[in-house]
Amino acid sequence: MIVPIIFLIICIVGSFFTGLPFSFLFDEMVIRLARNLILVISLILPVITGLGLNFAITLGAIAGQIALIIITNFTIGGFRGFILSILISTPFAILFGYLVGKVLNKARGKEMITSMVLGFFANGIYQLVFLLFAGTIIPIRNKDLLLTSGVGIKNTIDLANIKYALDFLIPFGKVSEKLGQYPVTTLLVALFVFLLLNYFLKTKLGQDMRAVGHDIEIARVSGINVERTRIISVIISTVLAAWGQIIFLQNIGTMQTYASHEQVGLFAVASLLVGGATVEKASWKEALIGTFLFHFLFVISPLAGQNLLGNAQIGEYFRAFVAYGVIGLALVLHAWEKDKARTRLSDTEAK
Amino acid sequence: MKDFINRFGFPRLIIIIFLILLMAVAIYLDIPLSGLITDILVRFGMNAILVLAMVPGIQAGIGLNFNIPLGIICGLIGALISVEFKLQGFVGLFASILIAIPLAIITGFFYGKMLNRVKGQEMTVGNYVGYSVVSFMCIFWLLAPFRSPELIWAYGGSGLRVTVSLESSIRHVLNNFLAFNIGNITVPTGLILFFALFALIIWLYSRSHKGLSMIVAGSNEKFALSNGIDVDKERIKGTVISTVLAAIGIIVYSQAFGFLQLYNAPLYSAMPAAAAILIGGASIKRASIAHVIIGTLLFQSLLVIALPVINVIAEGSMSEVIRIIVSNGIILYALTREGGKAA
Repeated sequence: MIVPIIFLIICIVGSFFTGLPFSFLFDEMVIRLARNLILVISLILPVITGLGLNFAITLGAIAGQIALIIITNFTIGGFRGFILSILISTPFAILFGYLVGKVLNKARGKEMITSMVLGFFANGIYQLVFLLFAGTIIPIRNKDLLLTSGVGIKNTIDLANIKYALDFLIPFGKVSEKLGQYPVTTLLVALFVFLLLNYFLKTKLGQDMRAVGHDIEIARVSGINVERTRIISVIISTVLAAWGQIIFLQNIGTMQTYASHEQVGLFAVASLLVGGATVEKASWKEALIGTFLFHFLFVISPLAGQNLLGNAQIGEYFRAFVAYGVIGLALVLHAWEKDKARTRLSDTEAK
Repeated sequence: MKDFINRFGFPRLIIIIFLILLMAVAIYLDIPLSGLITDILVRFGMNAILVLAMVPGIQAGIGLNFNIPLGIICGLIGALISVEFKLQGFVGLFASILIAIPLAIITGFFYGKMLNRVKGQEMTVGNYVGYSVVSFMCIFWLLAPFRSPELIWAYGGSGLRVTVSLESSIRHVLNNFLAFNIGNITVPTGLILFFALFALIIWLYSRSHKGLSMIVAGSNEKFALSNGIDVDKERIKGTVISTVLAAIGIIVYSQAFGFLQLYNAPLYSAMPAAAAILIGGASIKRASIAHVIIGTLLFQSLLVIALPVINVIAEGSMSEVIRIIVSNGIILYALTREGGKAA
C-alpha cells in the first residue's frame, strides 16, 4: 500500500501549488476516470493469469481504431455508429488477442518485454497498412479520410459524428443540470464491466486463470489446459482494450491515427501500478485508485511545474518520468522480492 | 535445403532477399550506387560501436542491454562539456570520451548491482529503467548550468537546445581522418578504424582469462559457481563494459551525424542496436564480434537502400515504417526462440 500513499501525498502537495479550484479538478477527474477506466481494467486478467503486465493492449487499441476508421469511412455517426464500431472491433480484437496469446506462450518467463515489443511491431504493421495500403489496395470511400496525395489515412481524424455518443447517452441532464455535465453513462458502463469481471473470476474459467497464475505446473497436473487458458485471458484483455480505446476516443472527439494507440499500454500500466498493483496481483480496487491518482498527477503536474520551478516543460517531463519511473520501480521491487523468496527457498533446501 | 535455412536463420534469409530485391530496384531506378555505398560505410561506422555495446551484456548473461540509454547519456554529458569548453577536433573527441568513461563506469556499476537483484527480468527492468533515466535527464537538460551559446537557446526558452550542432567542435573528426576516395565512393577510414580498435579490444578480452570467466558466468551460472567464479561480479563487469561502449558509441555517432540529440532522442536507441546484433546471428544468450559486423552491415544497408527506393515508389515515411517492422520483428523472433538457439 506504500505506492498509492506516496502518490496521494505528491498529488495533495502538488495540487496546492497549482492554485486550481477544487471544483475544476473534480470535474476534470470525473471525465478522465470515465475515459480511462476500461483501458486499465483490461490489464487485470493477464496479471491474474500470471502473464504479468500486458503491454500488448496496444493491439486492442489498434483494433478499436480500425473500427473507428471503418465507421468514419461510411460516415455512420451517433450511438448507432458507436455500437457498430464496438461490434466491428471485437472480431479484430479476438484475432489480435489470439495471436498475442500464441506468441506469449512461446516466450514464457519473458512475457512482459515480449508484449512490449509486440506492441511496437504491431504499430509498424498498422502504419504500413494505413499509410501505404489505404487508398491503394484498400478502397476508401470517404475522401476526407485520405491524405491529399490520395494514399494513406490522414494523421488526424475528426470523430465529431460519434463524439459523446456514449457519454451522454442517457440524458441525465433532464434530471439535474449538474449531473448532465458528467459522462454518467460511461461511468455506469465501467461499473458494469467491473461487476462482470468480478463475476467472471468466480466462474470455472476465472478460477482456472487464478490457478494458472498461481502455479503453472500444479494447474497442468490438475487438468487445466494452461496454454488455452492463457490465450483466452489475453483475448479478453485485448477485446476490453479495443472497447476501452473506442470509449476513450468518443470522449476526446478526434483521433491521432498514428499516435493515439502508442501510449495506451504505458499509461494504463502505470495507472494500475500507481494504484498499488504488482506484476502478480491486481484487482478493480488498484485500477480505480491508480487511474485516479495517475491522472490527477497528469492534470496538476504542468501547472505545478510552472508555479514551483517557473517552467511548465519541467512538469511535462516530470509526468513522463513518473509514468516510466513507476513501472521501472514496480518491476524492480517485484523481481527483488521474488529473488529474495528464491534465495530463502534454496537456503532451507540446503539445511 | 531445409538444413541450410535452419543453420543460416530464417529471418536473416528474408532480410538478405529483401536487400537484394531493393538493390535490384535501386539499379533499375538509376539511383547512384556509389552514394549508397558511401552512406552504408558511414552509417556502419556510426552505429557499430553502439551495437558492440550489446556484446558484453549478452556474454555476461544479462541479455539484450535495453538500458544503453544510460551509457548514451554519459556520452552526451561528456560531449556537452567538451563543447562548453570550446574544445575542437581530436582534443574535443578524446576529452568527451575521457569525461564520459568514468561517468559510465559509475552508473554502469550501480545499474549492474541492481540487475543482480532482478535476475530473469533484466530486459524488462532495463527497458523501463532506461526510459525513466531518459525522462529524468530531460529535466536535467532544462536546468543544467551550461553557458556556451552553442548549447543554449539563443533567445527565449530555457535549458539546452534539442539538437546541438557540432559544426565548430568535433563534427566529422573521425570521418575525415585518413579518408580517401575510390571513384565516387568515400571511405571514412578513421571511423572504421576506430570501431576496429574497440572490436579488437572486446575480442581480445573475450579470449583472455577474465573475459572467459565472464562468458562462463553468463552461459551457465551453476557451472561458473562450481568453478569458483563470482557470477554477480562478472555480471557487473559485463554491464559496466556495455555502458562504457554505449557512451563512446554515441560520441562517435554524434560526430558523424554532426549533432548531439538531447531530450527524448536516447529513448528508443536500444531497439535498433539490439535488432542489428540479432540480425547478425546473435541470440539473447550468445553474441560475437562477427555478429556485430554482419548485423550492422545488413541492417544499415537495408535502411540506406530502402530510403531512396521507397521514396520513389511510395510515401516518404515508409522507410521509417520498415525500420520499425524489421527491428521489432527480429527482436520478437529472438525472444520467442528457446534460450540458447541463434535468432
